[in-house]
Amino acid sequence: MKVRVDVMLKQGVLDPQGEAVKSALGAMGFEGVEGVRQGKVIELELAEGSTEADVKAMCEKLLANTVIESYAIHM
Amino acid sequence: MKAAVITFPGSNCDRDLAVAFEQAGFDVARVWHKDTALPSGVDVVGIPGGFSFGDYLRCGAIAANSPICRSVVAHAEAGGFVLGICNGFQVLCETGLLPGVLMRNAGLKFVCRNVGLTVASAESAFTSGYAQGDALVVPVAHHDGNYNVDAEGLAALEAEGRVAFRYTDNPNGSMGDIAGVLSENRRVLGMMPHPERAVDAQHGGTDGAAMFKGLAEALVSA
Repeated sequence: MKVRVDVMLKQGVLDPQGEAVKSALGAMGFEGVEGVRQGKVIELELAEGSTEADVKAMCEKLLANTVIESYAIHM
Repeated sequence: MKAAVITFPGSNCDRDLAVAFEQAGFDVARVWHKDTALPSGVDVVGIPGGFSFGDYLRCGAIAANSPICRSVVAHAEAGGFVLGICNGFQVLCETGLLPGVLMRNAGLKFVCRNVGLTVASAESAFTSGYAQGDALVVPVAHHDGNYNVDAEGLAALEAEGRVAFRYTDNPNGSMGDIAGVLSENRRVLGMMPHPERAVDAQHGGTDGAAMFKGLAEALVSA
């Protein structure tokens, strides 16, 4: 089974890469870009029977640094 | 006095760190990341700079979960000394031995130059060779040195005097100009600047030497 994990910086944590992308889009003439946040997508190929709790443990222990990042699991 | 210096795939300051420890009188054991135990009798563990595991996922994240790091955490929890420099600081934050996290530099660029530091606390074995307020010049070389910690964590660091070094001219956007922090028991130090690259006149400066000498003296007198 395929599982996707989205890892994003938490709201309120400054995202300098997102800010750089936003200013580049503005400089290219794209108007109305009011905010950009950049994150990661991690795709896991898991054995059948794996549970969301397993993936949550992976997120907490390795895939995300919960000091600054939040994660969303899509099973 | 015995120091252990860990090498991960992608470490590149491990030899420099070993030489700095040796110059201060330590016996140095070099330890590979797949080892599961530290050599017996180690007083201080050095986690060097570099790009462990290619900085994949997050800087230091994979190294922090390597076999040897379980022993490093156990060593720290038993009151042992640990010094993490640059990538080593990132690893220590990822293990949870130090609070906070090192994010991408605010200016988004890799910064590689000498920076001015102020000794913010001389109250640790690592900084006992300095006086509070001493001004140092030490190199930095990093892309992810922007120290961030939540408001409570920052308040605790400041209230407990656990900021070891501050930048005089912040190169990376770190909160509070923080360049290095101590653990609660003051025996774990993480810092982005490289004192091991400032221990010999031919390095262009020797302001880092007092850290290793001070640590050696503190261990002898302990």
